[in-house]
Amino acid sequence: MTSVAPPAPDPPVIRAQGLYKRFGEQMVLRGVDLDVMPGEVLAIVGRSGAGKSVLLKNLIGLLHPDAGAVLVAGEDLHRARGRRLSRLRERFGMLFQGGALFDSLSVADNVAFPLREKTRQSATQIAAAVSEMLGSVGLQGMDGKFPAELSGGMRKRAALARALAHRPEIMLFDEPTTGLDPIMVRAIHRLIADTQQRFQYTAVVVSHEVPGIFEIAARVAMLHEGELLEVAAPDAFQASANPVVQQFIAGRLEGPLTPT
Amino acid sequence: MLGVLIQLGSVTLTRLAALGRAAFFVGQVLALVVAPPLKGRLIVQQMHFIGARSVLVIALTGVFAGMVLGLQGFHVLTRFGSEALLGQFVSLTLITELGPVFSALMVTARAGSAITAQIGIMRISEQLDAMTVMALNPLRYVAVPNVVAGTLVMPLLGAMFSVIGIYGGYVAGGLILGVNRGTYFGGIADVVDLQDVTNGACKSLCFGLVVLLVCCFKGYHAGYGAEGVSKATTEAVVISAVLILVLDYFLNTVLL
Repeated sequence: MTSVAPPAPDPPVIRAQGLYKRFGEQMVLRGVDLDVMPGEVLAIVGRSGAGKSVLLKNLIGLLHPDAGAVLVAGEDLHRARGRRLSRLRERFGMLFQGGALFDSLSVADNVAFPLREKTRQSATQIAAAVSEMLGSVGLQGMDGKFPAELSGGMRKRAALARALAHRPEIMLFDEPTTGLDPIMVRAIHRLIADTQQRFQYTAVVVSHEVPGIFEIAARVAMLHEGELLEVAAPDAFQASANPVVQQFIAGRLEGPLTPT
Repeated sequence: MLGVLIQLGSVTLTRLAALGRAAFFVGQVLALVVAPPLKGRLIVQQMHFIGARSVLVIALTGVFAGMVLGLQGFHVLTRFGSEALLGQFVSLTLITELGPVFSALMVTARAGSAITAQIGIMRISEQLDAMTVMALNPLRYVAVPNVVAGTLVMPLLGAMFSVIGIYGGYVAGGLILGVNRGTYFGGIADVVDLQDVTNGACKSLCFGLVVLLVCCFKGYHAGYGAEGVSKATTEAVVISAVLILVLDYFLNTVLL
């Protein structure tokens, strides 16, 4: 009888190894190790100031770690320069906390911007792609509006359309629902899930929205005092015996976490 | 004693780091100026913003600077019985000195500060980071067009300031104080040679480059929040104004 070896698991799309980051006296990341698997939605949760956004910016190279490495498809992002770095970055899209739309450009021009600058598509092809992207985030007919004329939720949608325009393999979301009402929070979560299904990207979502984020995440990682406290599927995460995790999920004032 | 040394070392390191950052920024921007693709549409747009939209303020300050020169020059030259030299005095002062310096100061105040604030706001609202994430170099979009446009339009603005100032000098010295028109303008043609004009243009070119580099650098490295942008804008204007005058002295020592 011959034994058949199980198929090797896919290698991680992003592997963070021993990330340390300090700002002045404050140590924000203390040796973070994290694997992001292809096609998953990984939620990073934690208290304000826990270092979630810093971790996310290290994953895409907007901040550089004091020690440690970020491997994207096996290549060290922070050692890459020039064209190699550009090629690695082209795999990413990012939705910033405030949207980061170019305020001097209309919504359509914002979405068209990466296509005009990074591809050789004709004006007609770009117009069609912009229309399709705006349609997929529910912003049909908003082409001519400027970011200042949009509501918070619409800005996030427009920014998502821009981030998805070049069809990235990996999407990073930096607190995509901050400042939105509960219905809009749910709508953005639904939009992330829908676009992830449609465009098949790997997503890393930094969020405060507990338990809402559990609905769309395949795994949840909790960052606490610069370290990953727990990484698990949503059900296992919610059943965690860790008192810090439990207090965070329940939002209780009493417990090991103090409201500072 | 040790505390003082630590403090001194810390301040020195901070200053050196800032200088290094500035040198790196200037190197990157100048390298991008010669490395295609240049964003032609953005350059033209910024030429309009820095140049065309400064015309009114340049004309206004130019005419009054010229009138002051005409008035003061007339009274000083009259003491020596040389009021016939008023045209030469006003034109040479404006073409070689006041035109380039004043126009650069005006551009700093009007356009430079706005550019710093605009880039600073793009920094704090993560618009520059958004470009980086798209694998685009933000400097190509926010610094290079401004630096190229500013360097190109500054000699034109300086020349405009000088020409308008010369007419302003005639209004004060000729129309009001009575210097003969032929004497005023004829004297200019006699004494101003091409080198004076090219020296003035050369100064304006240098001022344009320096002012726009400073303003873009300060915006690009603006600190956090509204306070960071306001501090960057103030610093950009002050540093630009000081550098214009310092550079003016050194350019004079080379050009004269």
